[in-house]
Amino acid sequence: MTKTVRNLLLAVLALLPATVAAAPSGEALAFTCAGCHGTDGSSVGPSMPSIAGMDPEVFVDAMKAYQADKRNATIMNRLARGYTAQQLEDMAWFFARQRLHLVPQKYDAALAARGKILHDKHCEKCHENGGRPGDAGTLAGQWMPYLQHTMDDFMSGKRDWPRKMKRKVDAAIADEGKQAIPALIHYYASQH
Amino acid sequence: MTKITRRDFIRSAGGVAALGAGLGFPHLALGAARRVVVVGGGVGGCTVAKYLRKLDPTLAVTLIESKTTYTTCFMSNEVLSGERTLESITFGYDGLRRHGVEVVTDTAVGIDPVKKTVATAGGREFGYDACVVSPGIGFKWDAIDGYDESVSETITHAWNAGPQTRILRRQLQAMRQGGRVIIVAPPNPFKCPPGPYERASQIAMYCKHHNPRAKIIILDAKDAFSKQGLYVEGWTKLYGYGSGNSMIEWVGAAAGGKVESVDPSTRTLQAEIEEFQGDVVNIIPPQKAGAIAFAADLVDGDWCPVDKRTFESKRHKDIYVLGDASSAAKMPKSAYAANSQAKVAAAAIVARFLGREPGDPTFVNTCYSVVGEDFGISVAAVYTLDAANNSIEEMPKSGGVSPANASPEIRKREVSYAHSWFKNVINDMME
Repeated sequence: MTKTVRNLLLAVLALLPATVAAAPSGEALAFTCAGCHGTDGSSVGPSMPSIAGMDPEVFVDAMKAYQADKRNATIMNRLARGYTAQQLEDMAWFFARQRLHLVPQKYDAALAARGKILHDKHCEKCHENGGRPGDAGTLAGQWMPYLQHTMDDFMSGKRDWPRKMKRKVDAAIADEGKQAIPALIHYYASQH
Repeated sequence: MTKITRRDFIRSAGGVAALGAGLGFPHLALGAARRVVVVGGGVGGCTVAKYLRKLDPTLAVTLIESKTTYTTCFMSNEVLSGERTLESITFGYDGLRRHGVEVVTDTAVGIDPVKKTVATAGGREFGYDACVVSPGIGFKWDAIDGYDESVSETITHAWNAGPQTRILRRQLQAMRQGGRVIIVAPPNPFKCPPGPYERASQIAMYCKHHNPRAKIIILDAKDAFSKQGLYVEGWTKLYGYGSGNSMIEWVGAAAGGKVESVDPSTRTLQAEIEEFQGDVVNIIPPQKAGAIAFAADLVDGDWCPVDKRTFESKRHKDIYVLGDASSAAKMPKSAYAANSQAKVAAAAIVARFLGREPGDPTFVNTCYSVVGEDFGISVAAVYTLDAANNSIEEMPKSGGVSPANASPEIRKREVSYAHSWFKNVINDMME
């Protein structure tokens, strides 16, 4: 979803009149996630990703992949199957509206500098603005252990690559060798 | 990629806006702020206080708790193994104060549902428009002959964390080489169903390094327990369970595991079939709702019946009961369950103050146990209300425990998730 469309929809959302609550609201559904993903989706636990400000399509795609056991899940597959497609969209829009609060992490500045070069060259096209909340998964300021788990899953074939991503990661590794992924992770950690 | 159509969006937006828009308009014009008094500063009480203020910043929220800090029972088994300190699971209430919650250090001793006041041991009285009671558990001291609160100074329960946890940790450290630890596990329902077995696991992890000939015996009033298959898998892998040299032994009810009495002077337990003598004995007694639930006439039997749409007491209007003290089947008595229930209650209270009907509730439970080094397991569920039966039911085809025989990498990740879970639960309830 383009940023303009998303922002437009979010603006409309804020203006809609109240109706009588019936089924669990997106807010009520999203509140149940906070015990693991932090209040309103800003995580303070290093293995759990922050999901505040996440693009609604990315959110729904992730949850549907978990439902179908297409991610290397531990617990999210079991949880995702508890929701209807409509409920996933309601949750997605709740998190899209939340401001992301990041916790500073320790990173290696030299590695992060290498990572910035790799990011700008190979990743920025999809993960815009240094990987800040946008059309693709949030990377900037995201927790390093979570990023490491995710890249391990991609590299070991336990998670399907999004379109074009494998080619881009291969190119980054061709540039930087084994240090490519650590460099990118340290760069994202530096972007809080 | 998912296509979110315009029609889908409007439908979705309606649901999101329903609560959000209503809550966006403070009711200052109506006069004095509505008052909510929360009794108990554990997971349920803290979460409801924080979320009440989050949902409606005009509310006057007072939390009454007898202690100045909260020590989490969850993760306290890692204190027993030395994996973490008691300080690392102890938290003050300043985070809640920053959210505008008035935190009062005092003990609630009674609630008058007609006058709508909460009385404290310190002689104060707090008026309320809505009262939330989240006292946690109390113990049935008369259930095991010879065991009572005074005995717990030497034979711990350690089922409310704090000084009890410290005593048990010191006893384990002081135990002779090759000594025997006995854990007495309670009958259902009780706080933290997988907890006694995680305790045995964490003690085994400690002993593996510091007292390798030690034995841990679990005497159980039940014939089955939470995450049993996964515990057995972990114990087999890590502690020789099932072999002649197992560090952990589990004696279920059918094998005579139910304990009838204890002689504290010799640390001898009389179980149904035989006697067991331990170097360190830990008795987790049968449980009931915390004292204020009884004093305020909120119980039916051992626990507090509630309307599961709102968690309002079935016995007294405008009083809500959360967490371990509530009768919330089929949710377990867990930290995450209390956290989830608290948000449902907060939304219901705010909706009613605004003259609206509370929406349909939704709940989640996630619970991690660390069986040993790089061996974490979990149970999870998404719950919905069955309004006709006032019961909370798991969504079909969802939830359940970690898969059996998962890869070492998955088991290791679940340990890191357990520790991240802990940080986020604390964050969400009181920071």
